[in-house]
Amino acid sequence: MTVRHAELWMAIATILLSLAFMYKSTDGLSIGWIPGTGPGSGAWPFWLSTGMLLASLWTLVRWFRGATPEARSSEVYISRETLVVVGTSAGAILFLLAATHFIGMYAALLLFLLFYFRFIGRHGWRATTLLSIGIPVFIFCLFEWALQIPLPKAITEPLFYPIYDLMYS
Amino acid sequence: METILVSLGGGLAEAVQPLNLTMIIIGCVIGLLVGAMPGLGSVNGVAILLPITFLVPPNAAIIFLAAIYYGAMYGGAISSITLGIPGASTAVATVFDGRPLAQQGHADKALTAAATASFIGGTISVVLFTLFAPPLAEFALRFGPPEEFALMVLAFATFIGLGGDDIPKTIFSILIGLVLATIGLDIISGKPRLIFFDVSGFLHGINFLVLAIGIYGIGEMLWTLEQTKGQVIVHKVQTSFRAMFRNIRDVKHYAGTTTLGSILGYFVGTLPAAGATPASLMSYGLAKTFSKNPDSFGKGNVAGVAAPEAANNAASTGSMLPMITLGIPGSPTTAILLGGMIIWGLRPGPLLFSEHPDFVWGLIGSLYIANLFTLLINLAFIPVFVRVLTMPFTILAPIIFTLCIVGGYAPTQTMHDVWLMFVFGLAGYLLRKLNYPVAPAVLAIVLGPLAELSLRQSLLASQGDAMIFLERPISATCIALAVALMLYPSVRRLLERRKRAAATE
Repeated sequence: MTVRHAELWMAIATILLSLAFMYKSTDGLSIGWIPGTGPGSGAWPFWLSTGMLLASLWTLVRWFRGATPEARSSEVYISRETLVVVGTSAGAILFLLAATHFIGMYAALLLFLLFYFRFIGRHGWRATTLLSIGIPVFIFCLFEWALQIPLPKAITEPLFYPIYDLMYS
Repeated sequence: METILVSLGGGLAEAVQPLNLTMIIIGCVIGLLVGAMPGLGSVNGVAILLPITFLVPPNAAIIFLAAIYYGAMYGGAISSITLGIPGASTAVATVFDGRPLAQQGHADKALTAAATASFIGGTISVVLFTLFAPPLAEFALRFGPPEEFALMVLAFATFIGLGGDDIPKTIFSILIGLVLATIGLDIISGKPRLIFFDVSGFLHGINFLVLAIGIYGIGEMLWTLEQTKGQVIVHKVQTSFRAMFRNIRDVKHYAGTTTLGSILGYFVGTLPAAGATPASLMSYGLAKTFSKNPDSFGKGNVAGVAAPEAANNAASTGSMLPMITLGIPGSPTTAILLGGMIIWGLRPGPLLFSEHPDFVWGLIGSLYIANLFTLLINLAFIPVFVRVLTMPFTILAPIIFTLCIVGGYAPTQTMHDVWLMFVFGLAGYLLRKLNYPVAPAVLAIVLGPLAELSLRQSLLASQGDAMIFLERPISATCIALAVALMLYPSVRRLLERRKRAAATE
């Protein structure tokens, strides 16, 4: 896909998004004036989304007229090389988030870091293991202990019982 | 004047309290590192680290974040000079002469000049800030909801008029930020709004940090990963204390441009859309214009390093002026600081000076101290920072991703927000590749709730008559300025077209 095509698709996507926001603003809400209480709850988001729609249509018109540099560009939007670098990173984060729901954030982080350091960074096993264990431990100390914000642990929760005993006894 | 000095004395005393002083030093070091790393600037550091500041009281937290902001302005120069790539967009102009100087083996000269000029810029702007802030806040005490709303319109208009980006895309960015801020329960009627697919996670709204970390953490890292595929070459820096003192004494040769750049930077910095990057470019241009030897610029003139560095530091202080006094952030970084203040339970704006003087003056005092410490740390540890820059990006990137994920979880403690942050990060990355500016959206999501509240309060008071914004002198002035700013790009284009037509005839 070239930058030119990407701009067209993005304009279409922003138009659809604006329409969705406009529809949701009227969903059970008043967009007009309610005597005694002022503008309805939906008014502000509705008119803002209408503005979004107009701005997106404006971009679309400019695209057709070739007024933006992007609309005239035949460069590749996301090159193969970029896709490898950015795609694997984004994929790894996606995995991290999905895995958090099943094995908890600490275990997911460990796997995410292992993968990143070893297979994307191609660092040695020593550095990889050290960092992949060290970083989650640091995050644990910072969040659970110092900030008192427990991160999700899902099925790995029982593994933390001994540490809780130490922390709160 | 006397009261200012007394308050400032109190602020300085507050800033040197052990906890606050520690925060300043840690903040400066982190800021220097963040600023020096290519791709990361003050806004990224502040966004990613804000959740961690829940550890300390608000006074210490804002001092810490302000120190990061400051440090990053100094740090940007390090990679501009030694790597030839700007550490942050604010240090772009520093590359023009910093790079040639490094290639000629004078990296130490450039680095010292950058540090000294940053110190001068910082100091001049903090003094200006101290003088301007109290009267401006007092003036702003007269503001009611219509003035507040008009001021926000003006803030957004600066993006359209002065942002220099594609106009419809800028407008889209502002509006989507404002709309995202409306998701959740309506503050006035209590009704749920824009709950997509009935996902309960939307009921508590979208915390501005979710968007800020998504865009400035994840999106920015993806962007940087794309940009830094190639290898970077670090220039050797050799320096001694003797050479350093000699270099510092050279300041007198470019004292004029540095002072001019500092004052310019401060005032440009107060504008929401302008800020440190254009300020440093303008300052570079001015230095070149007023130089006796303009041809030497771009080939390794030390003044070409000093001028932009003075300006970008001054601009960072400048951008805090509207944030503290009016509640309107002067830059994306201060937008995040402002959001942080709301989380800490402080309402930014003119009342801050009378209701929380220790907070405001502690912050101002800390700026003086932070400036001094950043200079010292910077000069002492330049070789260390240069070493850190050679660290492979594949070690840094996952660490920052980790901080983003846990930082996105911290404010509301739901995975819903973490997912949303990831989506914003990806969307921000894709939009940025198509030249959509992302900073206005972050500013808008912070200001959104305040803007809606002041608009509805105004309209309620006037029984729905929009003329209320034009009948009150201060708000009418703001609206008039806003309209002028919005029309400015098309007027300029028209004039250019006419000029071109006249030239071809």
